[in-house]
Amino acid sequence: MNNNVTPDYIITICDGPSCIHKKSKELKESVTAQLKRFGLLDKTRIILSGCLGMCAKGPVMIINPGYTIYAGFNIIDVPEIIEEHLVKKTQVSRLVVQEDNLYNRFYRVFGDVNFFGKQMRIALRNCGIIDPESIDDYLSVRGYEALAKVLSDMQPQDVVQELKKCGLRGRGGAGFPTGLKWSLTAEQPGPEKFVICNADEGDPGAFMDRSAIEGDPHTVIEGMVIGGYAIGASKGIVYIRAEYPLAIKRLEKAIADARAEGLLGANILDSGFSFDLEIRLGAGAFVCGEETALIQSIEGRRGMPRPRPPYPSVKGLFGKPTLINNVETWANIPVIILDGASWFSSVGTEKSKGTKVFALAGNVVNTGLVEVPMGTTLREIIYDIGGGIPDGKQFKAVQTGGPSGGCMPEQYLDTPVDYESLQQAGSIMGSGGMIVMDEGACMVNIARFFLEFTQNESCGKCTPCREGTKRMLEILTRITEGKGEAEDIDKLERLGRMIKKASLCGLGQSAPNPVLSTIANFREEYEEHVRDKKCRAGVCTALLSYTINEKCVGCGACKRVCPTAAISGAVKQRHVIDPAKCVRCGKCMETCKFNAIVRG
Amino acid sequence: MKEKVIVYFNNKPFEVEAEQTIMQAADKIGFHIPRLCYHPSLSIEGACRVCIVEVEGMRNYVASCAFPVSEGMRIHTNTKEIRQARRDIVELILDNHPQDCHTCERDGICELQRLAYAMGLRQRHFEGERKRYEKDLSSAAVIRDPEKCILCGRCVRLCSEVQKANTLGFAHRGFKANVMPAYDMGLNESVCTGCGQCVNVCPTAAFLEKNYTQELFERLNDPEVIKVAQVAPSVRAAIGEAFGLEPGRAMAGETVAALKRLGFDYVFDTQFSADLTIMEEASELLERLQSGGKLPMITSCSSAWMKCLEQFHPDLIPNVSTCKSPMSMMGALTKTYWADKIKTDPKKILAVAVMCCTAKKYEAARPELRVNGMPATDLVITTREAAWMFKSAGIDFLNIKPERFDEPLGLSSGAGAIFGATGGVMEAAIRTAYELCTGETLLEIELESLRGFKGIKEGKVMMDGKEIRVAVAHGLGNANELMDVVRADPERYHFIEIMGCPGGCIGGGGQPYAGSNSIPLDEECLRKRAEALYGIDRANTIRRSHENPHVQRIYKELLGRPLSKKSHELLHTHYSAKEPRGIIGNETKE
Amino acid sequence: MVELAQEKYRQLEEFMAGVKQGPRPESNLIAILHKAQELFGYLDREMMDKISVEMKIPSAHIWGVATFYHYFRLTPPGRHTVSVCMGTACYVKGAQQVLDAIRNELKVELGETTEDRVFSLQEARCLGACGLAPVVMIDEKIYGGLDSRKVIELLRGYRKKAGQALVQG
Repeated sequence: MNNNVTPDYIITICDGPSCIHKKSKELKESVTAQLKRFGLLDKTRIILSGCLGMCAKGPVMIINPGYTIYAGFNIIDVPEIIEEHLVKKTQVSRLVVQEDNLYNRFYRVFGDVNFFGKQMRIALRNCGIIDPESIDDYLSVRGYEALAKVLSDMQPQDVVQELKKCGLRGRGGAGFPTGLKWSLTAEQPGPEKFVICNADEGDPGAFMDRSAIEGDPHTVIEGMVIGGYAIGASKGIVYIRAEYPLAIKRLEKAIADARAEGLLGANILDSGFSFDLEIRLGAGAFVCGEETALIQSIEGRRGMPRPRPPYPSVKGLFGKPTLINNVETWANIPVIILDGASWFSSVGTEKSKGTKVFALAGNVVNTGLVEVPMGTTLREIIYDIGGGIPDGKQFKAVQTGGPSGGCMPEQYLDTPVDYESLQQAGSIMGSGGMIVMDEGACMVNIARFFLEFTQNESCGKCTPCREGTKRMLEILTRITEGKGEAEDIDKLERLGRMIKKASLCGLGQSAPNPVLSTIANFREEYEEHVRDKKCRAGVCTALLSYTINEKCVGCGACKRVCPTAAISGAVKQRHVIDPAKCVRCGKCMETCKFNAIVRG
Repeated sequence: MKEKVIVYFNNKPFEVEAEQTIMQAADKIGFHIPRLCYHPSLSIEGACRVCIVEVEGMRNYVASCAFPVSEGMRIHTNTKEIRQARRDIVELILDNHPQDCHTCERDGICELQRLAYAMGLRQRHFEGERKRYEKDLSSAAVIRDPEKCILCGRCVRLCSEVQKANTLGFAHRGFKANVMPAYDMGLNESVCTGCGQCVNVCPTAAFLEKNYTQELFERLNDPEVIKVAQVAPSVRAAIGEAFGLEPGRAMAGETVAALKRLGFDYVFDTQFSADLTIMEEASELLERLQSGGKLPMITSCSSAWMKCLEQFHPDLIPNVSTCKSPMSMMGALTKTYWADKIKTDPKKILAVAVMCCTAKKYEAARPELRVNGMPATDLVITTREAAWMFKSAGIDFLNIKPERFDEPLGLSSGAGAIFGATGGVMEAAIRTAYELCTGETLLEIELESLRGFKGIKEGKVMMDGKEIRVAVAHGLGNANELMDVVRADPERYHFIEIMGCPGGCIGGGGQPYAGSNSIPLDEECLRKRAEALYGIDRANTIRRSHENPHVQRIYKELLGRPLSKKSHELLHTHYSAKEPRGIIGNETKE
Repeated sequence: MVELAQEKYRQLEEFMAGVKQGPRPESNLIAILHKAQELFGYLDREMMDKISVEMKIPSAHIWGVATFYHYFRLTPPGRHTVSVCMGTACYVKGAQQVLDAIRNELKVELGETTEDRVFSLQEARCLGACGLAPVVMIDEKIYGGLDSRKVIELLRGYRKKAGQALVQG
């Protein structure tokens, strides 16, 4: 359809990673076919949007006007939805998402796109609303207005000043004041400087950056051009994971479109300011999220961090002053410029301004992307937005900050999410991973999981991280295998503290966090593993034993599924498990209809 | 005057220069902060974390090798926490290191051992899985033992920053990270020049020379063979260090005596064949100058340099002198001229070279250097190996009565001695070339502009009204740089001396390990070794190669004149391009 | 076959020539390795030597980079690449069991290829499909909500198809 004609209907189909695998493309074809059938194709605009955040419920489709969200349906439901909704003007209520807290809070803004007052999605403000492959869409939501404002009305130092005033802090993890970083880089002599967008998102279970770029690539570009203007750089680089082909494709298109519109390249908007962007791909190294390692990688080397100082703001890429921010930080910039530092700093807490995007995952009803004002409590995020713990289970811990963060138990649920509070609670803000764990999680095993990750991602340069995390992992592994020794917990703490303080880069300095925080908060679980050789969550298989109690009727079902023939017993007689043969797979327990098999 | 700042070390104020690291400041005021990956000639790695200190106001420890001092900074080097952290770090290194100190070649002269001792490591808390790798025994010169590598990266930085050969690199990551040539290939297949500088800077035994001491001990017991040794100039300038002496003592006589005690029948002086090299090389230069041959002519004495040339600069092979190295000339003469003299079947001669060099082991194995089907040099041992053999054989090296080299291949001029220091070959060549060319004796024979440790040195001499422009480079990195100059401006020089090792042969890959208070490749140490050689030169009454009577005699008896057919047969060789081709790389570090 | 390889080398050379037009060409090493892997499916010594000579980057340096990054493979991949997501969400929901089942079924470890060259097994970090956890990606296709039984069925399906293709092909 012709983009200049205002459509009667807008159908937004989520094209996020979870939804793609639930056939968003076929869905689009089916919707198109149905629209054709009713002669509505010309009056309707179909948008394949970035991640809408409702990953647990895909596929997801929003029909406007009416702002009705359909989710969890099948392609065969499409004719019914189109006919009922667009032709008969009713709803297929069984497929409509209605009372879910997550979505109410999440998409309240949808009906009222331009009104930013109530907006809680700043970084992700356009994700799911616009077609990420259309620069016109972005322009229609005040896109590149901030850039125009900066180039026509502001001096570079004004931009830096605005950034300092707004209180924005780096969203990549450490929370360094963004304005300060900009001014430090701006102060350095030129002529050659660089602006880098760190999109090497690598936390297991985090996909904020991916969704942000896939859903709204232009906002990152706009932020970076503004950054380049502010610090006096004419070249920007987006360092992005090669594992994100869709994000790369959309970013490439956005860059090409922006160039074609004169928003990127030489003499942007006739201002005399020139700035261009280049994409550099990572190749699968978590440590490249660390800024000095990232620089090494862009230079074509092994991503091994180097000691700081000198900081990248002084000596960065190719030895030149370099400004590095992550995707979410960049995505905030246009809003700060447009709506002003004072507006931005009215959102959030005293020391942490604005909003933060989290990837909510784990044992929680609604998994997906959440953007909340700083200061929102963990409880609000997990229970009000996330819908609580599924299957009637008990909350046990929440882990923020990915493998660099810590695990917080119940008593920290009322902690507001801001940099300082999370740190006090023994965790970190990190880049936005948030994993909820229920009673079925073994904290020793979780600590081991995270440490295994960082250990595997250690670049191998500095001794504490390379050798120390290996030893910690060995100790944790033997604890989970029932071979822990009395002094092992102390050894973990001793190594952990040393690694934190002595490692070369942020990866090593934070690698022990999951272990130290679980020891601090769940020490008795560690002690049970070591002393009693017991795993209360029943996760550490080496510590489990299966027995058959008096409820056994001798049906023989367990005997038949046992892969190692560890169960014996005559028909209609109580069966027995031979612990020497049992491999603790738990199949017997799953099979038993009489609850006669107990795990201890 | 540099700006000064006040910093506090362990609560005591000190005025130190600004713009230096905590470690540099500490060194100057007498706090030796333990260290491992740091090396003054190499870039800062900050990897081992042994040199961490506590700085008030910093959340984490800082690596003192990398962190600059600033006004009012309060530094703690020995608190309980920092001592424990440092100790634990060293333990972590040890935990992933073979526990075979007793059977290790570097037992007693290992930096890791010293460090563990200094940390007071008396117990291990964190032992676990240890890395396991095969040794790389493929190279004739250098052994790589990845199990002993502690990943300090000194060798990698040395190979890329100083030698610019880039043979070694880090590969893999994390616990599996390791140092290796490309594709984990054997050093023999790689662009390794065998210079052995990695051995010099390695704190442990992850790099060693290919050791021939056991084989030599066995063959010295063979009554059927005549055992002949030759000793390179730089060996005498450094061997004392292996016995705890300060650098700079020339110990030629002791070395000769000790070799005799070891069982050698004859000990010759490589300085003699150095004189011979000068005769040939100076004549070759004059010939090229007169007949319009390929210029600049480049020296060919350094074996690491020759391998580097064949792999990295094959286009410049025509520029290289065809002269064999002094070692190979000596080997060739031993098995021909000398064998005839003592009326012995050359096959019964065991020719051993005691060299400051590891690459000479590779050179000795080059097929084109064979003489009448025999290897000219049967075995090459380094200064280190020789010192070990003396100790192992119970020879009281320090108190031994010095003896003289055997004649006729043991007499040398001072010019032969200075071969060992960078610029020495050039200096010696000019002394002779001048006279060969002009018929006059050069009086100003100490060419100061060619001495010292500047990477590339230049000089000029007027010969017969013609200006001869010369250049000298030491260390392969400087050599590579000079080759680029030659390509860009072929007319700029007439004659170039290249030595593969920093400082020349005195800094060779086979020289004694740095003692407990010294630094490998330390320039001060190199300076003292060079001074020992210049001292030998000054003390010699014969200071020009052509004045060496035995050199004159050998031309009379055997060779006729320099560049004669016989000379070519025995003293000259040829070079050819070799695979894999070396890539120097465009360093983009700005 | 030879012609195909030559054509791929030509494309790789073209890519390098393009890179050399820009500033600091050697900083594009990772992009070049990506291109080589895209063309050949993996990186081998011959390709890396070519890149070394063409880009004037020492081969030890290229080897260091190729072995540093997980993305680069140094052996030819199988017909299908099985990536098991080991992101936190998947791990919490049983990815380890799924991985163990695959290892058992295919008799390979992570980073290896089955003897019949049908499957290469690798670990993925988050695939961004946490809602479907635990997930496995086979080539470009994501399968969610797996357990050890389902994943084995899935693999057997692929193997059967691969076998048929071989017979027909």
